[in-house]
This record gives sequence, C-alpha cells and structure tokens, in this order.
Amino acid sequence: MSTATFLVQCLNAVQYGLLLFLVASGLTLIFGIMGVINLAHGSFYMIGAYLAFALAPWFGDWFVTRLVAGVVLAAVFGYLLEWAFFSFLYDRDHLQQVLLTYALILVFEELRSLLVGNDVHGVPAPSWLAGGFRLGGLMEYPWYRVFASAACLVVALALYAVVNRTRLGMMIRAGASNRDMVRGLGVDIRRLYRIVFAGGVALAALAGMIAAPLSSVYPGMGSSVLIICFVVVVIGGIGSITGALVASLLVGFVDTFGKVFFAEWSGVGVYVLMAIVLIWRPEGLMKRGF
Amino acid sequence: MSHVSVVTRLAASAALLVASSAFAQSSGPIKVGLMLPYSGTYAALGNAIENGFKLYVQEQGGKLGGREVQYFKVDDESEPSKATDNVNKLIKRDNVDVLVGTVHSGVALAMAKAAKDNNTLLVIPNAGADAITGPMCGANIVRSSFSNWQPGYAMGVVAGQKGVKRAMTITWAYAAGAESTKGFTEGLEKNGGKVMKDLTLPFPNVEFQALLTEIAAQKPDAVYAFFAGGGAVKFVKDYAAAGLNKTIPLYGPGFLTDGTLEAQGASAQNMLTTLHYADNLDTPKNNAFRKAYALAYKSQPDVYAVQGYDAAQILATGLKAVGGDLSKRDQLAAAMRKATVDSPRGKFTLSPAGNPVQDIYLREVKGNNNEFRSIAVKALADPARGCKL
Repeated sequence: MSTATFLVQCLNAVQYGLLLFLVASGLTLIFGIMGVINLAHGSFYMIGAYLAFALAPWFGDWFVTRLVAGVVLAAVFGYLLEWAFFSFLYDRDHLQQVLLTYALILVFEELRSLLVGNDVHGVPAPSWLAGGFRLGGLMEYPWYRVFASAACLVVALALYAVVNRTRLGMMIRAGASNRDMVRGLGVDIRRLYRIVFAGGVALAALAGMIAAPLSSVYPGMGSSVLIICFVVVVIGGIGSITGALVASLLVGFVDTFGKVFFAEWSGVGVYVLMAIVLIWRPEGLMKRGF
Repeated sequence: MSHVSVVTRLAASAALLVASSAFAQSSGPIKVGLMLPYSGTYAALGNAIENGFKLYVQEQGGKLGGREVQYFKVDDESEPSKATDNVNKLIKRDNVDVLVGTVHSGVALAMAKAAKDNNTLLVIPNAGADAITGPMCGANIVRSSFSNWQPGYAMGVVAGQKGVKRAMTITWAYAAGAESTKGFTEGLEKNGGKVMKDLTLPFPNVEFQALLTEIAAQKPDAVYAFFAGGGAVKFVKDYAAAGLNKTIPLYGPGFLTDGTLEAQGASAQNMLTTLHYADNLDTPKNNAFRKAYALAYKSQPDVYAVQGYDAAQILATGLKAVGGDLSKRDQLAAAMRKATVDSPRGKFTLSPAGNPVQDIYLREVKGNNNEFRSIAVKALADPARGCKL
C-alpha cells in the first residue's frame, strides 16, 4: 500500500468514525444518563434520514436551514415521546424497556412503509457542495463528505462544551452519577431527563439527515446502524461522550483497514475490538469521564 | 303453459345439475398455492409476480388446461426460518396441486425441499440461487426466472469482448453475490480476461469507501458489482462520487440498476448491465404484454411481472399436455420441462435441470430506463453443476 493510499484510507476511517460518533453520542447520553436501553435509537436515525428526504423539496438549497428545521422537529418529537412513553420506564427493569423500544421499531418501520413506501429514494446534496477534489491522483473526494465530517466535529465540540461548561451540563453529569441526590437538591430531574432524551433523539436524527445524501433512504436502514452504535457505546464506556468519540474513531479505523487487509474477517473485526477492550477494561475505555 | 312442459323442464334442469356436479368432481378447479412476499422489503416483487401470473390465467379465460384456477395465498415474509411451516400450510392444509414461489433464495430452497419430499409441483418465479437447479434440482421443480450465474456470465463475456484484461469484483459476502461474481469470472476468463481480486464486505454493510479506495489504487480495467436495493443505490452513487466511473467502467447484473434508477439519478447514466429482460424490448409479444398489464393493474410491469406471467405459461403447457388430468403427475412435470415459452422477454426453453435457456441482454441506463442494446449471449444455459437428473 502506497503512502497516498494509506492516507486516503485514514481519511475514510476518520470520516466514518465521526458520522458514527454523531449517532452513538445520542445513544450513550440516553443509555448512560437515563439508564434506558433504547433499541429504537436506530429508528430515530432512520426518521432523520426520511425527514431530510421529505423536507428536501421545501428547502431546496437551503441545506443548513433544512438541518435546523429537522433537528427542531426531531427534538419536539423526542420530547413528546419521552412524555408519552419513556417517562414510565425509569423505575422498571430493562426487559420492559427492551419490549417498549423494540415495539417502537416495529411501529416506526410500519409507519415508514405506509407513508413513504418500500422503495429506495435518493436525497440530493446541496448544489453548493456538489463535486469534489482530486486526492493524490487516486480518486475524487466529494466535498459533501468533507462537510459531513466538519459538521460532526462541530457537534462533538458543542456537545463537549455543553456537558462540561454549562449549568445544564453540570446537572446532567450530576444526574448521571446520583439521581436521588440531584432530586434532593431541588432539580426537576424529570424535566432534565426529558431534555436529555429530546437531545439524544435530535442527535440521531441529525446524523440521519447528514448521512441521507450519502446513503439514500431505504427500509431497515436504522437496524444496521443500531448494532454498531451499541458496540461504540460499550467500547467507549456507557454514558461517556469522550469515550464515544474515541470508540467511534477506533471502530472507523478497524472497519476500514479490516475491509482492506482482512476481507474475509472484516465482519468480526469490530467485535474482536470490543472483546479486547472489555477484557482490558470491563467498563469501557472511559468510565463516565465525559 | 301445460303441466307436462313444466315437469319436463324441471326434469331436464335436474339432469343438467347432476351432470354438471359429476363433471366438477372429475375435474374441479386446480389449486394453485402462491407463496410470495406480501410484506416487507420484497412486497412489491411478490405483488408483481402474482399480477403477472393472474394476467396470463385471465388471458386464457380464467382456465388452465380446461380447468378453473383456485388460488391459495401465503405471505412468506422473505423469512427462511418460517419457510417450512409456511409451505406446509399450502401442501398439507390447503392440499394445493401446484406451488408457485418465491423471491428470497433461502425461502425458495426450503420450498424446493418440501416440494421434493411431498412430490408437489413447484414453479419458482424469481429466486436465483444456483442450487435450486443444481444440487437441489428435481423432476417436479422448474424456474421461470434465471440463475444468479447467468447474468454474471453474460457480463463477463461482454467485458472480455470489450478488451477487459484485469477486472475486480465487489459484492456482499453471501451466496447470491458469490454465485454472480463466479459467473462473471468464468465469462471473462473464456474471453481473454482475468479477475485480479474479489472484494467482499459483510451483508448488509454499505460503507464502501475503503474498498473504493482499494479499487482506485489497483486501477483495474473494469469493476463488476453485485448489490441490490439500498446497497445498489449507495454503491453506484459512491462509485460516481469518487470519480471512478470516468476511468474504470462499472458493470453489473441488471439488479444493480433495476427499480433503483430514480434514486441513483445521474450517477447511473450510461451504465451497462445484463439481464434477461429490458424496459424497451420492441417485440409484438412484449408490447402486447405491457399494454395488457398496464390496462389491468394501472401500473407498468417489471421483470418480476414477466417471471410471474411465464410461471403461469409453463404450468399451462404442462396441464394442456395431460388435458388437465392431475393424476398424470409425471407426464405433467415432463411436459412442463419441454415447454417452449413465448415470453415477453423472448422465446425460451427449459434446461434438463429446469432453468430457462434464454438470451441475456446487454442494457444501458438512459434516464429512468434500462434500454436494450444487444444480445450479450444467445440461448445461455446454466451449467447446472451438481444436478443429477
């Protein structure tokens, strides 16, 4: 492998890792802070992608406006969902959470089928991000992929800042370590959870919207993302944003180079990584270090 | 009106009634069991197959071999784990005379096994697994569609004739992909080319970027890809976005660009694929078929509808040969094998293993159509490896 090829592959790995982080960060927030095993997280990713498809004719080239509109819609949706269903789950065991969230997957898939049908649809990238640039005489790299990576990076930084530098972030961290103590100090923990859940849904939907022009929208697109996201969350340490970022990039590299060097074994690469990390650190890379 | 004439009439109609019920007992309706996907990803394909099948039956006045047709339907959900139970519902509960199905290869293999165990006639209107007309072949099993090997082999021949010396293949690591790329490799090697590397990724992973970089680094003369559905759309788009389509032509079986063109948009334009059907085949048979289908179902037919239509034709040929007498099971099955099917795709016959011996077309993507270019390979027969018939 030449140096140029190697560098392009590294770029591929980072780009995949960053997009993975965007989906997984929402999952780790909900899982780590609220203690809810949310199997429907992949569906929120799918809903985001279909939102991008549905909103595209309305916004045209106003791509960023489209993203903002989609995020707002998704956050409102998440807020309502928490109020209607998830708020009843906190004191119950994981089995009931799994049952509810699995049911939600089925409901969302069926709704998708009724509303949009089962065809594959393309989602246009904005024309100001069309085309690409040459990479070392090897291949073209689309500008949209660069944009997607940059957007994921911005969200990662923003998330880090919110969790570590704001009052809301402080309450979130406190709520994650000791729910009852925070409540005792007079914080409305239910409202806090509602906000975290809405934020998690919005993050997954944002990832779906950013990924839609790259991946198109199709039935069952959420389920494949869900599994790899759980892998990221477990490797990174449940509830840790920094851990999720490191784990996403690790998974990105293992997946990319696994496909190139160990094609036969590329399917198990990330799971081997997970097993190794768990043997070394049973609680993941970062134990709630945020 | 006299009393006598009333009595005569009553007697006459009673006699008629007795006669017709006796007639019905000797040749009641033929029970056709449709086991197709009516839900999930392949639901549209299942409906197209059923529509095609019923269209042919309607064109024959609702009868095959002089007998009415009664349908029994089971949704197979494209779920191999439920396949044996589902097929037994039709065979044991509904007592069907003929099974028709299905789309998913894993489900079709289970159906083939059940059909062999119970000696039930089976017509497969889509599933392309080579094994169905290979090691799993049976005298009572025929296929009206294709084997995965066929379009792949034809594309290999075309690529070789275009002077491709070094090619790469890329697909998901599963049976259909392996069978298709194997066909391509054989076709290419017989025409002076070589496959330098087979790239695979786990099903249904759609992160192609690493492998596209690999292709860019190796610079083959051509790439052969087998993907379907969302994966097909994403691969073709990613390939174009990486600028590879300008220097390295991308070939594939028809499934790479069938039913996906609207989503693929500009990235698929001018791509060449091979299949046993094309959107604008200008033959009287195809034109008549498309017109009748559009009239009956208010939608345009696709290759799946054609395969359903031909499944009914094959069955009709067999029933005609025995005059609708289902007790002559072996003669019926043998006659189905010998059918020359006047299909919308063009005339075809069946191989001893029960797979169509058919022309494979080279098609080019123009707008939202896969347009006919030429015949890639004439009367191509699947090698039917492992079939002992």
